[in-house]
Amino acid sequence: MSETDSNPETETEAFGSAPIDTSSGPDTTAEFPLQVDGLRKSFGGITAVDGATFQVESGTLTGLIGPNGAGKSTTFNLITGMLKPDTGTVTFNDEDITGMEPHEIANKGLVRTFQIARELEDMTVLENMMLAPKHQRGEKLWRSVLPGVRGEVIEQEEELLERVWEVLEFFEIDHIAEEYAGNLSGGQRKLLEMARALLTDPDMLLLDEPFAGVNPSLEKRLLTHIHELREQGYTFLLVEHDMDLIMENCEHVIVLHQGRVLTEGTPADIKSNEEVIEAYLGGNV
Amino acid sequence: MSVREDLADRMPGGDAGLIVAVLLVTYAAYVLVGVGLGYSLRGQLNTIAVLTFYIGVFAMLALALNLHWGYTGLFNIGIVGFMAVGVYVMALFTKPIYTPGGAAQVGGLGLPLIVGIVAGMAAAALLGLVVALPALRLRADYLAIVTIAMSEIVRFSFLSSDLQQFQMFGNRVGFGGGSGLILDFTDPLQALFQSVGLWGAYLGFVDAFKAIVPTNPKPVVDGLVYGLFLLLFVAAYYWLLKRTGESPFGRVLKAIREDEDVANSLGKDTNQFKIKSFMLGCALMGLAGIFWLMTQGAVTPNFFRPRVTFFVWIALIIGGAGSNTGSVLGGAVFAAVLYQGPRYFKNLVDTVLPAADAPSSFGPAIAPLISNLNPAPMFFYTVDSIRQLQLVVMGLVLIWLMHNRPEGMLGHRKETAAGIPLTAAHARAAATDGGTAKNAANDAADDAATAGGDSDE
Repeated sequence: MSETDSNPETETEAFGSAPIDTSSGPDTTAEFPLQVDGLRKSFGGITAVDGATFQVESGTLTGLIGPNGAGKSTTFNLITGMLKPDTGTVTFNDEDITGMEPHEIANKGLVRTFQIARELEDMTVLENMMLAPKHQRGEKLWRSVLPGVRGEVIEQEEELLERVWEVLEFFEIDHIAEEYAGNLSGGQRKLLEMARALLTDPDMLLLDEPFAGVNPSLEKRLLTHIHELREQGYTFLLVEHDMDLIMENCEHVIVLHQGRVLTEGTPADIKSNEEVIEAYLGGNV
Repeated sequence: MSVREDLADRMPGGDAGLIVAVLLVTYAAYVLVGVGLGYSLRGQLNTIAVLTFYIGVFAMLALALNLHWGYTGLFNIGIVGFMAVGVYVMALFTKPIYTPGGAAQVGGLGLPLIVGIVAGMAAAALLGLVVALPALRLRADYLAIVTIAMSEIVRFSFLSSDLQQFQMFGNRVGFGGGSGLILDFTDPLQALFQSVGLWGAYLGFVDAFKAIVPTNPKPVVDGLVYGLFLLLFVAAYYWLLKRTGESPFGRVLKAIREDEDVANSLGKDTNQFKIKSFMLGCALMGLAGIFWLMTQGAVTPNFFRPRVTFFVWIALIIGGAGSNTGSVLGGAVFAAVLYQGPRYFKNLVDTVLPAADAPSSFGPAIAPLISNLNPAPMFFYTVDSIRQLQLVVMGLVLIWLMHNRPEGMLGHRKETAAGIPLTAAHARAAATDGGTAKNAANDAADDAATAGGDSDE
């Protein structure tokens, strides 16, 4: 079990320079951290995404909408590496991330949540949360096992737990910390998933229908958290069905239809766009 | 479920106490039955030695499998292949150099036992890597197919005449083919005691044992000491795997088992973790295989049939996948009840009714039962075929478990995947102790949460 790729010093430094703290905020440098250009993906004879091109401005809450089958989820999967595009590029923080593995993309600071909250059901909320932080010393097997070096792992576990607790308190789910994730309600799962994504210290979060199956009061809470985080400098790309919600909360809206960008602009622009209304009402464009 | 949980909680010494208690009860049952039937002391001690041996190997194998299946969700049904590679590579390294006219057809490299053991484990881990690289990219069931095919490929390779003997560094070495391989290296116990300079003391101890077993006590003492040695290694496996599980590494493994995509999208290179977990488990299976066979004097490829793999699976299912303590208990219960139990029962019947003649086939056995309701021939026939029936019993137990208690003895228990206790109280204490300056928003949230928490309680 000899993994000698990194020595303790450098890793400690890396960890120290990237604190996992909700208050620290991200450090995006690019004006448009996410740029998607000519993305195309077909499954057999069906072209799910057909040349989607858009960009997301730093520090905004951008909404991605479209009728069922417009290619929203596929676009998400292409951006986050779960699927590989046939053609087109994805650029994040001025770096081409097209075709990278999901974990590589997540480590660049682009982290997603899932449409159906995917909790690790047989793990407690705290275990779920402790999983997320990057650069954990104890992820090296030898360090977790060997006497002597394990002390450092335990030390870091204590630090992580402290951060985890802060984030749980921020999302007001600390009262269910010891509960198994499988026992949580749909809304609590959504909160946990967002909290967990935040602990990876991302620059930008991709939220796939975060409000699906969430009751109105919890929806309000989630939105409050999202706005708070956006003010701290996080960038959000949000897939959502609920038009009213998007119109009220997003600065910028991108409309996908049949795998390509139909139009984009401010909520007011979108509301008055004939094409969008037609697409949503099921007319053929 | 809660009754069982209470039992484990109330057990003095916690999990270790529970394991010791189960072992003691098992031994007591064996000894009581033996005493009741007037077994000689020598027979009793031998029974205990053999029982301990099987408890040891099955507990080790179940622990290693628990790392694969219970923690990482890797469906490995090629366990026996990794055991075989461990033993054969160990033999290749440690068998004495070939001399014409000796008992052995082929020799080895004549290296010390410990070198051979390490080499055997490394070879098993490497085989694990070769199997894992293509298969881990696929879904779980493909890994199962690949592993069971691999274990048969390994068995047939050792059976093949091409590998029966070959030249290595100018020595005549080989794997012996179908006729098997004589393990003619120094007796492992002797090598162990000699390496720490206690061989003389050990022989003295054996001599003193004559007070208990007057004639030829050495095989008895050897068996008991080797059993004890295996139990020490069970403890070592347990320690290693507990530390592996209770760490950030173990946490990622658990997350992979639950939902690999989630672990991946949180930035964990899941393939790396799966390969490491798989290789570690394979090395441990190789070592368990070495321990199983190195004192047996010889090894043949057909020992490594897939049924051994399924024995280990049954042991793990009885104990409860996901729990290290459960794995040890499962190994012990499987060895005592399902593996050795029926054989012990047969021995008892033979001892109690030495004159009884078992019918040679099913016809003569069933005829008296039907014609004049005499169950004796059927009974003796059943007892006589107990080694074959054992597999039927195991199958029935497996079906019963799957229907009534799929989580096994301790599978319902969740062992926390962290180096520290993950409780709200501990977290709250840590957060308070930390005392670093937080921004106002967080402090406010903190206060609100604390107040909310208090009113809840």
